Amino acid sequence: MRLSRIALAALVLVAAAALGFGQSVELVGAGATFPAPFYSKVFDEYSKQMGVKVNYQAIGSGGGQTQLKNKTVDFGASDVVVTDENAKTFPASFVSIPMVEGSVTITYNLPGNPTLKLTSDIVADIFLGTIKRWNDPRISALNPDVKLPNTAMTVVHRSDGSGTTAVFSDYLSKVSADWKSKVGVGQSLNWPVGVGGKGNPGVAGLVKQLPGAVGYVELIYALQNKMPYATLKNKSGNWIVPSLASTSEAGMVKIPDDVTKVNLTDSEAANGYPISTFTWILVYKEQNYDNRPKDKVEAMMKLLWWMVHDGQQYAEPLAYAKLPAAVVAKAETILKSVTYGGTPVLK
Amino acid sequence: MSVLLIAIFFSLLLTSRHAILANGFRFITGSEWDPVTNTFRSLAFVVGTLVTSLIALVIATILALALAILMGEYFKSGPFSAVMRTAVELLAGIPSVVYGFIGLFFFVPVVRAIEEPLGLPPFGVGVFTTALLLAFMILPYSASIAREMISLVPSDLKEASLSLGATRSETVWKVILPYARGGIMGGVLLSLGRALGETMAVTMVIGNANVLTFNVFAPGNTMASVIANEFSEASSDIYLSSLIEIGLLLFVISTLINIAGKVVVNRMATR
Amino acid sequence: MSAIDATPDTAPAAYGLGGRLDARVRARLRGDVAFRVLMLVLSFIAIVPLGLILVYIIVRGAGSINWQFLTELPKPIGEAGGGISNAIVGTFILIAIASVISIPLGVLAGIFLSEQAKSRLGTVARLSVETLMGIPSIVLGIVAYSWLVRPMGHFSAVSGGVALSMIMLPVITLTTEQTLLMIPVTLREAALALGASYPATILRIILPSGMSGLVTGILLAVARGAGETAPLLFTAFGNPFMGVNVFKPVESLPHTIFYYATSPYPEWQSLAWGASFVLLVVVLALNIVTKLVTSRWKIQF
Repeated sequence: MRLSRIALAALVLVAAAALGFGQSVELVGAGATFPAPFYSKVFDEYSKQMGVKVNYQAIGSGGGQTQLKNKTVDFGASDVVVTDENAKTFPASFVSIPMVEGSVTITYNLPGNPTLKLTSDIVADIFLGTIKRWNDPRISALNPDVKLPNTAMTVVHRSDGSGTTAVFSDYLSKVSADWKSKVGVGQSLNWPVGVGGKGNPGVAGLVKQLPGAVGYVELIYALQNKMPYATLKNKSGNWIVPSLASTSEAGMVKIPDDVTKVNLTDSEAANGYPISTFTWILVYKEQNYDNRPKDKVEAMMKLLWWMVHDGQQYAEPLAYAKLPAAVVAKAETILKSVTYGGTPVLK
Repeated sequence: MSVLLIAIFFSLLLTSRHAILANGFRFITGSEWDPVTNTFRSLAFVVGTLVTSLIALVIATILALALAILMGEYFKSGPFSAVMRTAVELLAGIPSVVYGFIGLFFFVPVVRAIEEPLGLPPFGVGVFTTALLLAFMILPYSASIAREMISLVPSDLKEASLSLGATRSETVWKVILPYARGGIMGGVLLSLGRALGETMAVTMVIGNANVLTFNVFAPGNTMASVIANEFSEASSDIYLSSLIEIGLLLFVISTLINIAGKVVVNRMATR
Repeated sequence: MSAIDATPDTAPAAYGLGGRLDARVRARLRGDVAFRVLMLVLSFIAIVPLGLILVYIIVRGAGSINWQFLTELPKPIGEAGGGISNAIVGTFILIAIASVISIPLGVLAGIFLSEQAKSRLGTVARLSVETLMGIPSIVLGIVAYSWLVRPMGHFSAVSGGVALSMIMLPVITLTTEQTLLMIPVTLREAALALGASYPATILRIILPSGMSGLVTGILLAVARGAGETAPLLFTAFGNPFMGVNVFKPVESLPHTIFYYATSPYPEWQSLAWGASFVLLVVVLALNIVTKLVTSRWKIQF
């Protein structure tokens, strides 16, 4: 019967697929959407140069941490270092390697795409829901040349667990006692107002579509979608436009010995953008778990080494800031500490 | 088969036991969903699911009844009937994510255009948009069953009504519908069951705000949608367990509604 | 014309003085017409989204379809071009796995149900199948995650296929059962009377005569499975590369649509429109083929 021959063909196909032709190394990673445009470019380049394929799913920093914890991925990506409390729940110790620096911009949807100046307390009050309309006197006082409409503000936040949210809320907690007590810091928050979008792209998408919307996204998402973003006043009292330059500036601070303790929000740097952050890749310290093949581990560590060195050249065209030399040095130390069966993978 | 079903139920029960014990009964009565403090209460989502589904049900039932009456009574056969019937069946076959896509690009701007002149915040996304989209997704189910029930009404009842001087519409309204009432209810319940579990289309247009709200023009969230959103990143054990507990709740609720629907339809069909 | 179409306005009692219809009757007749119009209007409104979806997707999606679209992999963000070849292959693989599991099990279960229709076990089994049919697909995704993804330690096409098979299984079972119930008992009795064994009767006589119904059920189940997204979110996971290894993550058409539709990039959104077009064509084609198969091959007894 024809049916049985079709069934046989299907079985053969499935069997062939199961055997997996094409034995090049494949890595699976998951996590932050914040650096996803950078990672996407970098992994594509690396695959062209070295043949190693990286399947990266941008499901949010929370997703990256959880999937690494569950050992369903080779590496996780997160905009924030995992909290000590959460780290205790991981089955083994892991390291966090800084990869690139980016900034969180306040983007909005107003006619004419004006560039607005906002102070930190105004930003906090917008996201707390205290400021409800665009022509609020506090905003118009700072922006006398802009015709602000009487439109209601629609706050757009993340619906998934996000490192971007964690960084943003960390900044807000530093500049607003109100925010700190009412909402706090975290990857998933109990937002007082607003709608949720999935990932940085989801938030950008919603802000782009809803007139009067305001949200927070990584700089590249605002740039690529030609959306306006706010100029903020930083700790030193200077008005800073988010850009590659001001992001780099924010990173020019004293790096603590434990680089994972570095915190760039509300940066001391005189010309630094106040909501900047490094973003991290997480891997287990001892890589010989669950029968991980050695060649895969070596490929992964070589990839990560490449990313903090040659890979950095792809950062600036996408408006991400390269890692400062001091941070690269720290990253190298961390990378060398990853072992396979006790011996360091990278010499 | 039943083994599979029981296995599914217990699997859900087991993986969520952590949350069931920790959250207790307050899980269903509280509405705070706060991963920061590890407080997980599901009322916001239960309400979101019920409100969107019930509004969708009302809209869908009206439209489905119209379709059913048209196809079961006025145009029982012929090319027009065939076209309509095919159209309804095709509606049922369209994947949920495609509905969500259309919802995002068509329904959302339309609803926003309605909200603006009314002075409401122009979200576009929200409970109402979701209910509207859901209505179109579930109406094929109640429409087909209602059509069956209506066409099964004995001709002598209809003829008696007409010969006594009733108009066609009066016959539909006063004789056919009351007779088929039970079966139609069954179909309605089945479509409700479908609405409760709908995930993709909902998560794309509801606005994903984890708050308890009865304001239909505000964003909200449903049980299925929150699971889809937060499952892959639930980092703590209690977070994941709580999401699975919501899945368990969803399983129980939709199963009860579906069984009720099937029972009603079967009883009516064998009359 | 039967008595149903006899209109009441020919009845003499409706005419008042002067040969015109009583005012109340005229009102009722107007109401009758209004009602019919209302039913037509509402019905058209109900069909509106179908038209919308078809028009929108054909217009926006068909434009994206070219050979490059169907054979290339997606490009990084911000670069134009790219395609959905990985999604097409992925969906195919997932359905293949799901079918391998659900078709044999479903047909067997359907045979069982049609044979044991009246017994206690049969009723319980049928209730289970119908309940399974009503379970939201996301719940089935959670189950597949717990059963396969966690223990295996990674996402895979296999776990996605298993989730889809749980969705396809009840459809196949119920249509198989209904098809087999429609085959007259005389056919089976004749076979048994001629000395055929029970399994032979089922395999060589009953199943082949119900083939069209079975195929219908399978096609419907495949259409349903191909369109599901929710259970794949945390089982098959997604893959920007061509994945053919079933123990690794794969991309799928619905996942592509979801991921790219909710992004703000116009290039990605046009990928989503194109993918919707492909998916819609596949699903609707399956549905239409099903109808043709049932109407043409219906065996007359």
